[in-house]
Amino acid sequence: MEGILDFFMANRGTIYMVILSVFLGIEVISHVPAILHTPLMSGANAIHGVVIIGAIIVMGHADTTGAMILGFLAVVLGTLNVVGGFVVTDRMLEMFKKKK
Amino acid sequence: MNDVMHFSAGLSILEISYILASVLFILGLKMLSHPLSARRGNLLAAIGMVLAIAATLLFHRKDGEPIGNIGWVLAAMAVGTAIGWVIARRVKMTAMPQLVSFFNGMGGAAAALISLMEFPHVSGELIMKSGMANGHVLAIMLGLVIGTVSWAGSMIAFGKLDGRIGDLRVKAMKYVNLSILAAIITFIVYIMTRDVAASAELTHLVIILFFVSVVYGVLFVMPIGGADMPVVISLLNSFTGVAAAMGGFLYQNQAMLTGGILVGSAGTILTILMCRAMNRSLLNVIIGVFGGGGTAAAGASGTIKEVSVTDAAVLLSYSKKVVIVPGYGLAVAQAQHICHELDKMLEEKGVEVKYAIHPVAGRMPGHMNVLLAEADVPYEQLVESDEINPDLPNTDVIVVIGANDVVNPAAEDDPSCPIYGMPIVKARDAKNIIVMKRGMGKGYAAIENMLFFNDKTRMLFGDAKSTLQALVNEVKAL
Repeated sequence: MEGILDFFMANRGTIYMVILSVFLGIEVISHVPAILHTPLMSGANAIHGVVIIGAIIVMGHADTTGAMILGFLAVVLGTLNVVGGFVVTDRMLEMFKKKK
Repeated sequence: MNDVMHFSAGLSILEISYILASVLFILGLKMLSHPLSARRGNLLAAIGMVLAIAATLLFHRKDGEPIGNIGWVLAAMAVGTAIGWVIARRVKMTAMPQLVSFFNGMGGAAAALISLMEFPHVSGELIMKSGMANGHVLAIMLGLVIGTVSWAGSMIAFGKLDGRIGDLRVKAMKYVNLSILAAIITFIVYIMTRDVAASAELTHLVIILFFVSVVYGVLFVMPIGGADMPVVISLLNSFTGVAAAMGGFLYQNQAMLTGGILVGSAGTILTILMCRAMNRSLLNVIIGVFGGGGTAAAGASGTIKEVSVTDAAVLLSYSKKVVIVPGYGLAVAQAQHICHELDKMLEEKGVEVKYAIHPVAGRMPGHMNVLLAEADVPYEQLVESDEINPDLPNTDVIVVIGANDVVNPAAEDDPSCPIYGMPIVKARDAKNIIVMKRGMGKGYAAIENMLFFNDKTRMLFGDAKSTLQALVNEVKAL
């Protein structure tokens, strides 16, 4: 318990940021028209691909073969999320574009 | 001395890049929610991502050590890019929802793997000081559980939308799921209260936790009906966001933190917006109150009247106003192009043609817009159902193609029906109704549709694509 409280104190800046980000996320998309729900979901999906940074860090410091394999897998999956996410979103939005 | 200077300059560049990336993510999301700026928004977010990744590769330091195994890291990224690019480019537009689900699952799996690998390396100093019950371990546990649930759940959602996995509707499911969830929480508490010198001693427990989470992810999505999949994908999308943010906590990495939390909260709101479009509560979706054929809708009474393709063609050609209600049936039959051909032909004959787009038509909100845009249907012809409803009494013919639940009058008439209260396209207000369907099967919500028995309704059975083709030929011949 004490550990958790320590963690809170040591990270209170971060925790502020998290809380503000939550409100920001809500505010930023709350007026989205229904036609953009799918592309927006897909775009958001690509953005959480930022998890790839964690995968790069973990693989960049892997010291055993097992860790290397898992790290390699994590980086591949993270990249899939990023690249696939952005490309699919672009493909959807490209179709809206043609009309205008 | 010089080295130290260099080192801190690198770190500053890293942090500045992360700030820039976070700003780009926020701007990207903002622009993605407006039709005109959406594409640029997506591009901005992508630039932010590239920046964050490049800065990490070049400037990240852990205890002064740069990223190692760089060749292998780049190789892994090349593999991921190649596969992701090909899949994203090749897959048909109708399969978009399952594709989003698939990519979402990949992110969840990556987050889970990171937690699995970081667990044995929790610093001994930290454990000495505050035991296993510290924020670091908590972030690892949550990242693991949420990431895994998101991965397993997304794969099931993918399978369902792809038609490979059916629904599993057992009443007891609710209790089974709740007990597994309780077990997961207990497990986390158990791990965090162990008295050990090194976290590695508990690795086997964490692996068990991983498998329990897989089971939970699968069982969480299994009972939820196909019609609710978009809501589930959106929810799992925000889960992955939170899992990524846990990684941000772990590494004190601001880009992961802002990106993850932003998606977590935006995804949650999007989920709620989607639920609202269907007039359901999120809780209902998750617990699965959707009975599935429970209500027989007062017994299907009345008679079905069919219409021939020729008669339908005549009716359409001599109308002033025609409204088309496209549904997923149109999309699976890949009939959106031929449908547009029909509407162009009718317009040439002076018929005014509009499309009534229900917010949840297709498999995802907005999915139908994407599909029709693919077939070059002009944006101006697409009208949202709320806007077109007042116009329907003046509409000569409404053509329902492969849609069912979104035109079901039971949503207005029958309080006992599971979709009661859902906004619908009020097709029965039109002067004539033509329903194109493959057969008398029920819609995704598995409830009877009284619209088909309406006096003004004529049924046109057959595959949407071939029926539309026949209609086009008839109209051309007139």
